[in-house]
Amino acid sequence: MGRKLLLEHAHVEGINTYEVYRKHGGYRSVEKALKSMTPDEVVEEVKKSGLRGRGGAGFPTGMKWSFLAKPEGVPRYLLCNADESEPGTFKDRYLMEKIPHLLIEGMITSSYALGANTSYIYIRGEYSWIVFILEKAIQEAYDKGWLGKNILGTGYNLDLYVNPGAGAYICGEETALIESLEGKRGNPRIKPPFPAVKGLWQAPTVVNNVETIAAVVPIVNDGGDEYAKIGIGKSTGTKLISASGNINKPGVYEIELGVPVEEFIYSDEWCGGIKRGKRIKACVPGGSSVPILPHYLINKTAAGESRLMTYESLADGGFASGSMLGSGGFIVYDEDQCIVRNTMNFARFYHHESCGQCSPCREGTGWMEKVLHRMEYGQGKMSDIDLLAEVAKKIEGNTICPLGDAAAWPVSAAIRHFREEFEWHVNEPKACLERNYGLVSEPVAAV
Amino acid sequence: MPKVTIDGQTIEVAEGTSILHAARQLGGECVPPAMCYYTPLKGSGGKCRTCLVKVTKGSEKDPRPMPKLVASCQTMVMDGMEVASKSDQAVVDARKGVVEFLLLNHPLDCPICDQAGECHLQDLAFEHGSANTRYEFERRTFEKIDIGPYIKLHMTRCILCYRCVYTANQITDNRVHGIIGRGDHAEISTYIEKAIDNDFSGNVIDVCPVGALTDRTFRFKSRVWFLKPMDAHRDCDKCCGKTTVWVSGEDIYRVTARKDKYGEVEEFICNTCRFEKKSASDWVIEGPRAIERHSVISQNHYANGATTVV
Repeated sequence: MGRKLLLEHAHVEGINTYEVYRKHGGYRSVEKALKSMTPDEVVEEVKKSGLRGRGGAGFPTGMKWSFLAKPEGVPRYLLCNADESEPGTFKDRYLMEKIPHLLIEGMITSSYALGANTSYIYIRGEYSWIVFILEKAIQEAYDKGWLGKNILGTGYNLDLYVNPGAGAYICGEETALIESLEGKRGNPRIKPPFPAVKGLWQAPTVVNNVETIAAVVPIVNDGGDEYAKIGIGKSTGTKLISASGNINKPGVYEIELGVPVEEFIYSDEWCGGIKRGKRIKACVPGGSSVPILPHYLINKTAAGESRLMTYESLADGGFASGSMLGSGGFIVYDEDQCIVRNTMNFARFYHHESCGQCSPCREGTGWMEKVLHRMEYGQGKMSDIDLLAEVAKKIEGNTICPLGDAAAWPVSAAIRHFREEFEWHVNEPKACLERNYGLVSEPVAAV
Repeated sequence: MPKVTIDGQTIEVAEGTSILHAARQLGGECVPPAMCYYTPLKGSGGKCRTCLVKVTKGSEKDPRPMPKLVASCQTMVMDGMEVASKSDQAVVDARKGVVEFLLLNHPLDCPICDQAGECHLQDLAFEHGSANTRYEFERRTFEKIDIGPYIKLHMTRCILCYRCVYTANQITDNRVHGIIGRGDHAEISTYIEKAIDNDFSGNVIDVCPVGALTDRTFRFKSRVWFLKPMDAHRDCDKCCGKTTVWVSGEDIYRVTARKDKYGEVEEFICNTCRFEKKSASDWVIEGPRAIERHSVISQNHYANGATTVV
């Protein structure tokens, strides 16, 4: 049984109210940070903890915080990215719904560390009911003196606001989020300048994921070194995984980084194995934008090592035979699922969500979707497979923001590992409408 | 002053110059094409991705190459920076890809398009594109919209460069012009087809790199290469009054701002000059305008010496 730092009290009755949350040790980190630590010491603890951004990119949080420019007389902002829109990811929703005070506590501690006096939680429009949960919790925090002027008599002021978006995936990109928060169209900005220098209203800004900010609470409570003891290598601490797909027990699980993937899928503690005893066909370990892994690369890396739930192990072998931990949207496919259809589904999503600002993503995502649609419905041509791979390659890396990459990676990975199935779709246009291909064979010359 | 090397040529430029401008100072083959960047418009650029270049050496201080291709219009030069433009295959490939993407939903109706002959997308496709398309699906189409009495918006041709949006924001007083929708169904809009009523609204025609925004007083009157561009001026109380008039015989067919060889206007002009002063007596003709970039136009008139054209 792994340690739980974030969801330890998630099942306690009434944990969403201030009284119960406080009784279970809530707001200790605020007391500790504000009363006995300087802001720089908090940043130092986060650095020591090795915490990495939980939103997908996995950038070390302490380092991000230390990049924040601190010019005199200019306000600084902390934004919480709760625009969780990645298909397959639903961990932040769970956290905010169950323990809203954990996020608020994390926001107060983190804002103190960064010297921000106004902070925002930017939440996706579809989470409309969570806005009320958060606002109620924020009101409770104001009433009890954890927010507002002169918190705990230390002279530190903080105002916290919840800002719902209008339901665009692109607003989860940090600069698009800032634009949206400023009341503009949610188009990503061209970087540099980075938000740490010029962000919200041209002031230095840090944007962090919900889970990252929540993780600051145990780091401050127990110390960064204690946090760093959990996990393996540079993947420290615990991670929320949203498990979905053809597994017996879908849901949000908090794991210690370093759990073997095989154990995570088959252990009763977590996913509980594949539904109806089927064989596993593929797995997307980190939300829809990361490369898909075929069955022979899930439990073992290409080098034959056991694959672990860490940033490094999942990325082992690069994109040729690895993937990414991403945002922790763990989707499992059994042998009855169609990879072409799944890829089409993802491509449709990215086509729909592309902001339309830069040309490769705007035009390329739609093109990929159309080609995949044709292929899925038995109208594909053999040349389409290479065409798809080439279009994906032309998008990747040539766009303003990472949405282009996110749209291109799943398509190129699906073709890389499941080419056989794509070819079958072209060769058997009737059969592909009636049944699914099943497992792809392992390349003989692998390793 | 930072020194930058682009495709093997070194130049010293002022601090804060973008790679694109440094390349333009050098001139020649190394100049990246630009479909969305427009020097007079603040904030423009970075969107079309045609000006991508490879930075092989970041600077003298930090010689690491940049991991991805960068938009040259948005990247400032550093001392000792080394840039590969047309000399690098990855850059050429990326630009070819961008041309293909831009042409996916572009109607290719050049034979009936007023912009033909001075269209940046035509030039770009000629230089960087391939002869045929691999796109086999229906293209997006829109109804044509009249934006007031002078401007026609043909969204089907639009490549969403945002130049006209920046113009409407920065040159004209109040914004009635923006983007609605997302992705490849995004469109330029004046919000419920409300007419732009502003003395400088006509400049959106000049900044449009394709034929999406055209001059209604000139539509289908003539091909641009049949006309002779002449520098002219008049006393105008609204703008500088310095324009290029496009003449055939005694008639002035259209009036535009003076553009340099990258299609960027020297000074924006007002609607009165552009749309209402179409008789020869309104203008003081200065002489023929030197057209360098648009070979179609210059070939017709200047091959035998520009001085003969009146």
